[in-house]
Amino acid sequence: MIIAFGIALALILVSIVVYMLLSRKLREKYAILWIVIGLVVLVLGIFPQLLEWFTVALGVQVPSNLLFSLAILLLLGVSLHLSWEISQAEDEIRRVAEESAILNAELERLSRRIDQLSMPTPEEPETPANPAA
Amino acid sequence: MLELIMNESLGRVLVIVPAWNEEANVGNTVREIRSRAPQYDIVVVDDGSTDKTARVARDAGATVIPLPINLGVGGAMRAGFTYAQRHDYDAAIQVDADGQHDPAEIVRVLDGLSSADISIGARFADKGDYEVKGPRKWAMLFLAGVMTNVAHTRLTDVTSGFRAGNRRAIDQYVRYYPAEYLGDTLDSLVAAVHAGLTVTQIPVAMRPRAHGTPSQHPIGATIYLLRSVFALGLALMRPRKATGGSAA
Repeated sequence: MIIAFGIALALILVSIVVYMLLSRKLREKYAILWIVIGLVVLVLGIFPQLLEWFTVALGVQVPSNLLFSLAILLLLGVSLHLSWEISQAEDEIRRVAEESAILNAELERLSRRIDQLSMPTPEEPETPANPAA
Repeated sequence: MLELIMNESLGRVLVIVPAWNEEANVGNTVREIRSRAPQYDIVVVDDGSTDKTARVARDAGATVIPLPINLGVGGAMRAGFTYAQRHDYDAAIQVDADGQHDPAEIVRVLDGLSSADISIGARFADKGDYEVKGPRKWAMLFLAGVMTNVAHTRLTDVTSGFRAGNRRAIDQYVRYYPAEYLGDTLDSLVAAVHAGLTVTQIPVAMRPRAHGTPSQHPIGATIYLLRSVFALGLALMRPRKATGGSAA
C-alpha cells in the first residue's frame, strides 16, 4: 500500500514538473533538481530494498533516518538556491527601476524642449511672416 | 581665493537629492540649494514616494528622476550617479531632502575634491552641535575608527550622506553602490577605497530635520549598531577588486 503511494507520488511529481516545463511555467534551471528528486523517489518506491541496502552501506541505524536526512539536505539546497535566485532577481529589478526612472527624466526633458520649440514664445508679439493668412 | 579657483576647476557639478515622501521638505531644500549654489544642476531622485514629492521638487525647479518603486537611498543614489555619468558631469554631491545638510556647506564639501576622489561632510569634526549618545554613539565611534584604518585618513563620521565625488568616484559608484541599509554609506566607501580611490573629510555643521524626528530610541540604536557592524564586517571581508579605474 505505502509502496503504491510512494510510486504514485513520484509519478505525480514528475508529471507536474514535465507539464510545467511544457507550458513554460517553470524554467529549466529549476526543473532539473525537481526531476532528479522525482526520479529518486520513484526508484526508491519501486525498489524499497535499495534504501535498506544504502542504510547498511553507509552505517546508518534506521532506514527512515537516512531518508529524512537526505530529504532535509535536499530541501535546504532548494531553499538556498531560491534565496540566491531571488537576490539576483531583486538586483536586476533595481537596475531596471533605476533605468526606467532615468529614461523618464530624459523623456520629460525632451518633451519640454519640444514644447518650447513648437510653441511661439509669448514674448514675441506676432510672427511677421504668417503663411496661413 | 585659492578655494574659488579650485572650485571652478571642478567644472560641471550635479547635486543629487534622494527623497522619499519628503513633500514637506524637498521644495525648501531645492530652493535653498538654488539660491546658495545657483551654478549647480539639481536632480531630485524620487524614491517611489506615495506623496507629492516629485511634483513639489519639479515646481521648485529641479529635474526629477521618478523611481517606480522604493529602492532605498542606495538605489536612489546609484540612479543619480548613473544620470551624472551619462550627462558627463565632473562631480556629484549628495544632499538629503530633509534639510539636515546645509546647502551653504555644499561648496566647502566640494572643495575637498581638490585633494581626494571622495569628500565627506562630517558632523563630529569639531564643528556644529550635533549630539548623539548611547549605542548610536558607540556605533559611530567604532565605525569611524575602523574606516580611519581602512582609508588611511582620519574619518569621524562615515555614515554621513553629505558626500561628494569626482568622475572616478562617480564611475566607481555606478559600478558598485549597494541598496542595503547602511550599505549605501559604509559598503560603498569600503569598495571605493579598495578600488584605489582616496577619501577626505570636511567638517560641517548639520541642522536638525525640518520636519519629523530621527530615531534616538535605545533599542533602535542598538539594532543600528549591530547592523552597521554586520554591514562593515561583510564589506571588509570581500575580496578586493583589481583597480579598474579606466574600465567603463
